[in-house]
Amino acid sequence: MSNASALQHHFESLEQQKESSTLGMWVFIAQEVLFFGGLFATYTVYRVKYPEVFAAASHHLNVTLGAANTAVLISSSLTMALAVHAAALGRRKQIVAWLLLTVLLGAAFLGVKVVEYQDKFEHHLVPGPSFSGHVLHLEGEEEKQAQIYYSLYFAMTGLHALHMIIGFPILLGLAVFAWKGRYGPEWSTPVELTGLYWHFVDIVWIFLFPFLYLIH
Amino acid sequence: MSEHLVPVRTYLAVFAALLVLTLATVAAARVDLGEPEVGGFRIPVNVVVALSIACLKAILVILFFMHVKYSGPLVQLVVASAFVWLFILIAITMSDYLTRGWLLGRPAA
Repeated sequence: MSNASALQHHFESLEQQKESSTLGMWVFIAQEVLFFGGLFATYTVYRVKYPEVFAAASHHLNVTLGAANTAVLISSSLTMALAVHAAALGRRKQIVAWLLLTVLLGAAFLGVKVVEYQDKFEHHLVPGPSFSGHVLHLEGEEEKQAQIYYSLYFAMTGLHALHMIIGFPILLGLAVFAWKGRYGPEWSTPVELTGLYWHFVDIVWIFLFPFLYLIH
Repeated sequence: MSEHLVPVRTYLAVFAALLVLTLATVAAARVDLGEPEVGGFRIPVNVVVALSIACLKAILVILFFMHVKYSGPLVQLVVASAFVWLFILIAITMSDYLTRGWLLGRPAA
């Protein structure tokens, strides 16, 4: 793609155009920070209110799986950063390879999440009529409070997973355009902005992991 | 500013640091660090350590993977403002929930 066709008429230069796009993406991410921030604030309020029950409920989560998944997601952030790097250099095959690897690592993360969710279903830890505090050794009021923990667990990890699922078609679409040679030193903004989105999703998990798995 | 290419070895160094910090936070969670009382408040050290490590990891991702270290001042201002708003959200909510019952001499919440 030539310089002239990449530059929209209402921008003075490619630099200005790119900075505008980056700024817009960051405004969107600022909104996302507050969107997830509300959930983290809710979690903190209830954790302070029911510390013993939240500790007991969180002990049921598998820290090893959570830590392994953290490593997988951090790796997918690295491959995403390398895709952005390859796009800025216009290395067509490398961009596609790094993007596909990012999708693969993201899918591995969600695969582990499926295993974890299945465990919650099997132990009746999904909030609703069949919820049971039996496996947590909780009953009565404490069982109800444990449901609050698992409601937050599913809301927070579920919305995080949804963000990743939304990311997949975008990453695959970028791979198709990259294969056609659309991105190079002059213009690779879509790859960069998708990178920002993917790294943000990584950051959300960096906080979800200690909040849900580690703090007892 | 916009054509600044971050060298690959910087990405690899950040990646290694993130993995080490993940191991560190898991290791720290296995040890009971206690709840010393500071000025009448009980400080759960495990929580402080876990959240400090998470913040450090987030800062590394934002500065290097998300290129904010190399971005223009306008982008940096928007990034900073996101966390100022998050601080307001958390601080004002908690200034209510964590201080209920103080005047009655009961513990928080």
